[in-house]
Amino acid sequence: MKKHIILTRVLCILLSLVLVTALLWAAGRVLEPKYVTVSPEGSLTAEYYADAAEVSHDVVFIGDCEVYEAFIPAVLWTDFGISSCVRGSAQQLVWQSYAMLEDTLRYETPKVVVFNVLSLKYGTPQNEAFNRMTLDGMEWSSVKADAVRASMTEGETFLTYLLPALRFHSRLAELSDEDFRYAFAAKPTVSDGGYLMQTGVVPADPAVDNEALKPLLTDPSLPASAMEWLDRMTALCEERGITLILVKSPTNTWKYWWYDEWDAQVADYAAAHSLAYFNLIPDADKIGLDMSTDTYDGGIHLNVSGAEKLTRYFGHILTTTCDLPDRRTDDAYAPVWDRRANVYEQRKTERKSS
Amino acid sequence: MSFAAIREAVTHFSSLTFLLFAAVVVLVCRLLPKRARWVWLLAASLAFYAAGDWWYLPFLAASVLSTWGLALLIGKQAARDEAALTAARSTLSKDERKALKASQKKKRARLLWVGLVFNFGLLCVLKYTDFVLEGVSGIASLWGAGPIRPLDLILPLGISYYTFRSTAYLIDVFRGKTEAQPNPARYALFISFFPAVVQGPICRYNETAAQLLEPRDADWTDFSAGLLRLLWGYFKKLVVADTAMTAVRAIVSDPERLNGAYAAVLIVVYSAVIYGDFTGGMDISLGLSRMMGITLTENFNRPFSSVSTEEYWNRWHITMGSYFTDYVFYPMSISKPMQRLTVWGRARLGNGIGMRLPVYLATIITWFLTGLWHGASWNFIVWGLLNGAVILISRECKPLYARFHKRFPGAKENRFYQAFCRVRTFLLMGAIRSLDCYRDVGVTFRAFGSIFTRPGTYAELFNGQALEALGLPVASWIMLLAAVVVLWLVGRAGDRKKPAGWQVAEPLSDKPLRWALVCGALLLVILLAGQYGIGFDASDFIYNRF
Repeated sequence: MKKHIILTRVLCILLSLVLVTALLWAAGRVLEPKYVTVSPEGSLTAEYYADAAEVSHDVVFIGDCEVYEAFIPAVLWTDFGISSCVRGSAQQLVWQSYAMLEDTLRYETPKVVVFNVLSLKYGTPQNEAFNRMTLDGMEWSSVKADAVRASMTEGETFLTYLLPALRFHSRLAELSDEDFRYAFAAKPTVSDGGYLMQTGVVPADPAVDNEALKPLLTDPSLPASAMEWLDRMTALCEERGITLILVKSPTNTWKYWWYDEWDAQVADYAAAHSLAYFNLIPDADKIGLDMSTDTYDGGIHLNVSGAEKLTRYFGHILTTTCDLPDRRTDDAYAPVWDRRANVYEQRKTERKSS
Repeated sequence: MSFAAIREAVTHFSSLTFLLFAAVVVLVCRLLPKRARWVWLLAASLAFYAAGDWWYLPFLAASVLSTWGLALLIGKQAARDEAALTAARSTLSKDERKALKASQKKKRARLLWVGLVFNFGLLCVLKYTDFVLEGVSGIASLWGAGPIRPLDLILPLGISYYTFRSTAYLIDVFRGKTEAQPNPARYALFISFFPAVVQGPICRYNETAAQLLEPRDADWTDFSAGLLRLLWGYFKKLVVADTAMTAVRAIVSDPERLNGAYAAVLIVVYSAVIYGDFTGGMDISLGLSRMMGITLTENFNRPFSSVSTEEYWNRWHITMGSYFTDYVFYPMSISKPMQRLTVWGRARLGNGIGMRLPVYLATIITWFLTGLWHGASWNFIVWGLLNGAVILISRECKPLYARFHKRFPGAKENRFYQAFCRVRTFLLMGAIRSLDCYRDVGVTFRAFGSIFTRPGTYAELFNGQALEALGLPVASWIMLLAAVVVLWLVGRAGDRKKPAGWQVAEPLSDKPLRWALVCGALLLVILLAGQYGIGFDASDFIYNRF
């Protein structure tokens, strides 16, 4: 067969493949959930990159909903002059938190990393929707590839993370204006440095949220695989000269119980590795939390009022236990952070009045 | 993904694992020398089959070894008989030769019957035991007996198909139409060839075996047309059938509420499901085989363009229809009991009825068996019997049609009349086919009756919300409709002289750029509009169940 015929055929196939891939990528941009008005927590991972490009952070909070609904970088700035950010997502599992740390280190090296320990109770992948919310927004690197491989639940494939259209084609019949508006244009920022503001108030229900109703643990120890990832996090921080602080947010509810056995195990781990561990559940009164006003979902998560109280309380801990600079007079930080603090206050005012 | 999950996924044509498996098989097949290809294909087919369940293999082996061994014995016996007959030709009278021939045939027939009883016995035991037990249990309960628990016997993948393929081979060897294959491994490839083992086509040995045993070098046309047909099959399955199946499931899950107009919708929508599913599966099988230089027998020929039920059954599941015609209907029609019945009928009931009686009986038995082959349930039996009844009524109405056409001589060529006949056949077949969907015969008949007795539901159907209640948003209905229009347009396009499955694919092979763009567009549509992955319940191919 003549060479040019073979070449023509090969070129046609390649052209078609390139076209299909390009169109799939474009379709993926439209089909991917935008996480603006619905499930905004899905935007948190992606928002970090613009934040980090503007200013570096001395403290990075890493974890699940118990960090992005609890620690407010704008408050740490105004009250303590700390430049910080939150890298948390819904049900962010411990290996995903490790990936967030590794990913962060590609851009900056913070002085302190605060890791919320609730996710240590999970040793295996849990939920596809939360995986997507945590990982889709992460920029591509070997870190993301490893995190995807570690997180996939049954039925998930790596290919769908490379070409999200292959996953989200199920949304084809339910696309909204938002999907087209933000397909190729920048989305509005939904968080304040990774903190996702909630202003509603839904008091905790003592009838349900009662420690006496806590189910008994069948296995009192935290999963070994989760502890291995914590080991890796500890080692990485040590290697990069970062102070790792372990923390348990001051919520302890029917939805996410925290057990004494787990607490003891984390405390032992922290002691063995010379890490600071703060279980803030017993400190709720000292923090000033009132679960009839400081929660937006019946005690599961803090609202902005509760988060401000917690942030101020924890800010004192940070400034007393770590050698953190007050950046309020630093020209490289102050203009950016003052603007962000204003945006935060404005958002709070708007949300409360709406 | 665990090894077990990968193993299981291999047998599902819609899985990525199957596609990767198929790609490796095609590539290696092309790279191997011709004489080694059949070994590779056999290994791949057995691996594919065992991937479903290791326990399927002994049943496949039993079928292969029994029919191979018996066919070989029949073949050898036939050769010996022929030699004996030749040797005795000069010494025997014509009557003696006839008697000798008959006795020789009887000997071979015994071997044939052993094979048929064993293979159909195995099929019946595995497939119908629980159905029979259920019936027995129902009858026994009338006398207060407790329920009989089903045995839940293993049902090997594609057993209905390979039993037909192997018994057809055995009968063909008996009839002298095919020579017995001396090599059991080569014969095993014919029975287990992976693109056809799960849902057909039910190929005949003399049409397919030579191609399997020495596949030709697949050229550009084979590769390009095969790939396009494969993609077309996935389009039919994932975009049309599985989308429409959502609505079918919604309707049949609540027949008390979703009846009347919804039952009418089911008839139309389920036609799209079964067409997309079954012809799509065939396109995948035939496309994949063609990429390896193997052309399998066509199983469909534009069935929905049929103007009569008889024509429909010549165009739908052709290989199953020809099996029942060649190995059940004809032998039964000309069998001695039927001849005796004809004589008896003509003497007692007159010429007209007497001549019809055996044909009617053979038709009804054939359709009863066709229904039973489709599944162990009364729904399928009634489905088969209704098809038989419609065909017989159509035959009885032939003089009426003839009179009509004599009165209106141009009607046959009239496009509107043809369209009317097509729609009538489509709806009639669709109505009978709805027995596939509902849980039992009574529910099906009630749902069908409600089409005429619940006119109020028709207004309800088109208010938008009702369509969404069937599990598909309006946008999905529009996409489904567009996909069906594409199916229809493609069915009318291309080179009509070629078999229906290749009429578009083959001519496009000559235009590489157009071919590549069509493949790309098809791939894109499948990936974006197909029902696969998380968020969908991509169902298995319906005909895998049979």
